[in-house]
Amino acid sequence: MTSIVAGDPRVAPAKASRRRGWWRRNWVSLAFLAPGIIWLLAIVVYPTIATIRFSFYDETATKYVGLHNYASVFSTDAILTAFKNNIIWVLVFPFFVTFIGLMVAVLTERIRWATAFKTIIVMPIVFSTTASALVWRTIFDLDPHIGVVNAIEQTVSDWFRAPGAYPLNSAIGQTAASLASFNATGGSGGSVISKSAVHPGDTVMMGLTRISSVTLQTLGAQTPVAPQKMKGGIAGLVWNDFSPMQTSNTTTIVSDEHGLPNLRLSLVSSTGTSVASTVTNSSGGFSFSHVAPGSYHVEIVGSNFQTAFLGTFWLGSQSLTPVNGLNQTAQSLLSVPLIDLAMIISYIWIWAGFAMVLIGAGLAAINREVLEAAEIDGATDWQKLRRVTIPMLAPVLTVVFVTMVINVLKVFDIILNMAPGSSQGPATTLALSIYNDGFTGGIHSGVASAIAVILFLLVVPAMLWNLRKIKG
Amino acid sequence: MKLMSTLTPAKDRRVVALAKRLHLSKAVVNVILALVAVFWLVPTISLLVISLRPEALFGQSGWWKVFTAPSQLTWGNYATIFSQGFTSGGVLDSLVTSLEITIPVTILVALISSLAAYSLVFGSWRGRDMIFLVIVGLMVVPLQVALIPVVQLYREMGNLFGLNPYGTIPGVIIFHVAFGLPFGIFLMRNFLTGIPKDLLEAGRIEGAGEWKIFYRIVLPLALPAIASLAIFQFIWVWNDLLVALVFLGGNVHTPLTIFLYDQTRSLAANYWIVSTGAVVSIFVPLIVFFSFQRYFVRGVLAGAVK
Repeated sequence: MTSIVAGDPRVAPAKASRRRGWWRRNWVSLAFLAPGIIWLLAIVVYPTIATIRFSFYDETATKYVGLHNYASVFSTDAILTAFKNNIIWVLVFPFFVTFIGLMVAVLTERIRWATAFKTIIVMPIVFSTTASALVWRTIFDLDPHIGVVNAIEQTVSDWFRAPGAYPLNSAIGQTAASLASFNATGGSGGSVISKSAVHPGDTVMMGLTRISSVTLQTLGAQTPVAPQKMKGGIAGLVWNDFSPMQTSNTTTIVSDEHGLPNLRLSLVSSTGTSVASTVTNSSGGFSFSHVAPGSYHVEIVGSNFQTAFLGTFWLGSQSLTPVNGLNQTAQSLLSVPLIDLAMIISYIWIWAGFAMVLIGAGLAAINREVLEAAEIDGATDWQKLRRVTIPMLAPVLTVVFVTMVINVLKVFDIILNMAPGSSQGPATTLALSIYNDGFTGGIHSGVASAIAVILFLLVVPAMLWNLRKIKG
Repeated sequence: MKLMSTLTPAKDRRVVALAKRLHLSKAVVNVILALVAVFWLVPTISLLVISLRPEALFGQSGWWKVFTAPSQLTWGNYATIFSQGFTSGGVLDSLVTSLEITIPVTILVALISSLAAYSLVFGSWRGRDMIFLVIVGLMVVPLQVALIPVVQLYREMGNLFGLNPYGTIPGVIIFHVAFGLPFGIFLMRNFLTGIPKDLLEAGRIEGAGEWKIFYRIVLPLALPAIASLAIFQFIWVWNDLLVALVFLGGNVHTPLTIFLYDQTRSLAANYWIVSTGAVVSIFVPLIVFFSFQRYFVRGVLAGAVK
């Protein structure tokens, strides 16, 4: 009852009792609100302020360093890379996801199985980004026996240029000429050609080396047999002129050497035209019969050495933009790593359903009469979409777009789970940098807090804009 | 023709030409959407198939080979996981940990949000709208901003009370609840404003206290909104990786997202467990999704801003 209100002593008791009455009326209501408020103050409001403070202190939050952390944010290549990647995400992802959501939402209105279709598209939203990232990681795997994308690429590539029986290892820069050994030398078009000229009735032997034992085994290579002369024809042998037992013997056949089967050969006349072709047998032997008199060379055609399909390293950090010759900082700012593309495709798979649901709800709210009027006026589908639907949907479309901008400003899980170790650095984003700088290898609050504050400042305008729109 | 004639003539002609090409018949629409549906299903199907093939076949031949050799399918991977039981570090242990985090968060967020919204809507004190606006404003805070100070705060709690939530499941729960509340209060308040006050007055006249009115009258009416909020929250927390990594990284018991993340580092070596674990991890939210699809869509619509 002691009055804390100075002034007229007659008013004080009245005020106090009024206040007591207020408490009596409202304490339950305030008690209902209290847990939420306390929780928010402790875990959201206070930490946000603390992070802003930490961003001006050193890594252990003990010494004031002014803007030093912000300076290092903008001078560290790894963090600049994160900015760059966030920009790529923001420029590419929201547009495509909104566009696809719109197209799908508009088209679903015309099919009977719309419910089933919508369910299929929406489903990935409920998957964890972690699980989705793992799935897409296998889909984009380099190995065509694992990744379906590379398997398709391989099938298509093999239609147009099938790999030869003896594919060169392009990874170490192998050429057909480098395989030539006895009586052989590199020819045009990646072929190998016999050194000596050969005439009908002669035999010819050509030695290659550096053929992998795996290849020999798969092809079922047999022991080579010296060719027998044949009348009016050319007989010959192509063999792997390498014996582990007698490495110095490079001119004659040794018992543990192998003939080279399945080689496509061509008989080239002195004018350079191919007059006949054949394929070697399992012991590397071949023959051209009924050869007109003249001087010839035997050519092992280039297609034998066609490199196998190598696959696209979708999860790699090779840049889509030219960055050769640029310094480190310019590279971090200008390179567009291929994995960003793979991750954005995966992320569209996850989020298109969200866009579709929101835009679908907007479509349902559109005044049908306007569309019908347009139809009666003879508008085509495209005109109805372009001139009526999209303008009327504009508010919904912008909400979806801005929401997706906010989403990818914070993009994190998909990079951590989809990028292999070698691509983590080139594919990093701000949210990932906060985690890596702040939490891996002990807690470091300085730079991580500065990045968090920047992220906050980037998100706030978009978020406020969105909230205003949604509140109407 | 009226609508078209209002367009500029040159552009008009181009638009008409384009429109003629773009006029989509029903059949074309069906084919396009069928292709889109197949594209959307491939990742999920591939995950299922990989988890149903023996580990030895992974890397030897693509999962799509199963369509020509269905005999490859086996429950073996799942049998292994279930035979491991609930030993720590296993898939089932992580499944339980995920539930231990997700269920309390969902209940707490739904309850605290409903209480707060009730107070903000039916309370008679001034400044309620102001507080609501501040709470809605908190939705803009990305949770990344709060991580480091909360870790520090948890440690302080350890120093002061001997109870350090850092590295424990309650630590994760406390954090998730806080960041679920702004949206929860937003959603619940918007729903509760639609409940007529007369209903509450009727309760008051019969002498019911605030708690009883909340519990007996308002909660049952608000069930659809609570369902939307709960489903949204459940899926959100179930799928979280970052918060769990920060607050539970070194723990013996980890939720499924961390389990999968840990396995990825040695992807080639044990892909059978990654795929099988991923299927287990998506199974629970899928059940929730299919059981409450209507509420989920409503939650998505309401939570568009999150």
